[in-house]
Amino acid sequence: MNAGAGVPGIEIAGVSKRYGSANAVLESIDLVVAKQEFISLIGPSGCGKSTILKLIAGLAVPTSGAIRVDGMTPQNARETISFVFQDATLLPWRTVKQNIGLGLELQHVANARREKEIAALLKLVGLQNVVTSYPRELSGGMRMRVSIARALATSPRLMLLDEPFAALDEMARDRLNEEILRLRAEQNWTAVFVTHSVAEAVFLSDRIVVLAPNPGRIHAEFRVELPAGRTSAIRNSEEFNAIVARVSQSLRETLRQ
Amino acid sequence: MKQRAMTVLNALAVFAALVVLWQLILLVFRVPPFMLPSPWAVVRAVGARFPSLLNSLAITAEESAGGLVASIVVGVLVALVFAQSRWVRKMLYPYTLLLQTVPIIAVAPLILMWVGAGIPAVTLIAFIISVSPIIANTTQGLISVDENFVHLFLMHNASRMQLLFKLRLPHAVPSLFVGIRIASGLAVIGAITGELFAGSSRVGEGGLGYSILYASSQLQTDYLFALVLAATVLGFSFLFLVMFLEWYFLHRWHESARAPEAEA
Repeated sequence: MNAGAGVPGIEIAGVSKRYGSANAVLESIDLVVAKQEFISLIGPSGCGKSTILKLIAGLAVPTSGAIRVDGMTPQNARETISFVFQDATLLPWRTVKQNIGLGLELQHVANARREKEIAALLKLVGLQNVVTSYPRELSGGMRMRVSIARALATSPRLMLLDEPFAALDEMARDRLNEEILRLRAEQNWTAVFVTHSVAEAVFLSDRIVVLAPNPGRIHAEFRVELPAGRTSAIRNSEEFNAIVARVSQSLRETLRQ
Repeated sequence: MKQRAMTVLNALAVFAALVVLWQLILLVFRVPPFMLPSPWAVVRAVGARFPSLLNSLAITAEESAGGLVASIVVGVLVALVFAQSRWVRKMLYPYTLLLQTVPIIAVAPLILMWVGAGIPAVTLIAFIISVSPIIANTTQGLISVDENFVHLFLMHNASRMQLLFKLRLPHAVPSLFVGIRIASGLAVIGAITGELFAGSSRVGEGGLGYSILYASSQLQTDYLFALVLAATVLGFSFLFLVMFLEWYFLHRWHESARAPEAEA
């Protein structure tokens, strides 16, 4: 069970990425994410934060440098990784239940076990009332819940989230932020979270990495020293707003250069 | 509900007006019946020769349905091949265009020579004329899947077959139905056109197209009108059947196939 003990969750060493002969999207990125750490990547458009997620997932290959997930190549680690996309990316011809079961189905998990896992997940993310609904009948927030449940269905050890709540209104976003923290506390996965929202990043993360564009590179890092078990109330605290101010300041610097 | 009744009433009113106009033209211009029969004469012709009319209708329906079903089966199979790679598409797609642009009248003698007159030849013509919209639309549906969905499947190490049958094919069903809708009309037109020259292996008995030709050569213009009417009914029935199937399979999840009230 402890085969990966001592191995960092994610290790990105000297990674650059360019598409064709165009300018580099990412330039010599070095980043280590500890196991069970929650980090957020934040930065202006074009800083390559989504590209970093794709590289970690093995959906893109670095032009130079190396990436290890649990000590394995991203492709080999895939079974332990779940990806949550910006739009919920639900299959419209499948019901909520069938969408959540997609990953298990693709991995040929037996029917009976699948049913059990899905039932547990429906309860976990509060979707019991829409089990047989189709995605188009759901609100944006509900769709995102389904998307998260689908990602959790395969019991990931690493969650990659690419601006999952960008399209939601603030209330839905705040609620889902709390849910994400709760789910993560229960299941202890590592998370890399891409966002545009500083407050969201501060609320969720152990650490925030600010990226600068052209070419995409790491500009600054912030540790978020807020207690675990955060609730929305923390958003009004002085510490919270102090960190938000510092990260925002850093974000502005990336644009001035 | 009330609005739908109004739609039907409006359509009926237009129909009545057309019949009146038709009758007026006959009276004012004194058109001889062999050029334009009266509405009543057409109704009488339908009644008098109902069994043979029904027989012709059945033959044409069989041919168009056969051609359409063949188009759907072959069209989807070809699209599945086309979806495999851009290279295959580039190489083979021009030939489906060829199929679409070939003047069917020009190849009809060839088909007649190869297959012989009768139902198989006409079915083949209905197939040739209706297959390309199904290929084109289904291929488009198969390849226009959003990249994120593909990534989602790749994250679960999905196989090529899983990608095809659990993602691309269901995603292509709405486009497939667009293709079938176009093809259903074409199949009926193809069958009737086909019958004009490959209609029957027996004199005096064949589908609607064949009978139209026969009736016009005998100057039975009232029966000719009845046949044209039957052809229209056939085309409409095909279209309605396809639209019903489309609604049945898609209304739960696809925007385009909401219940008709949504438009009202």
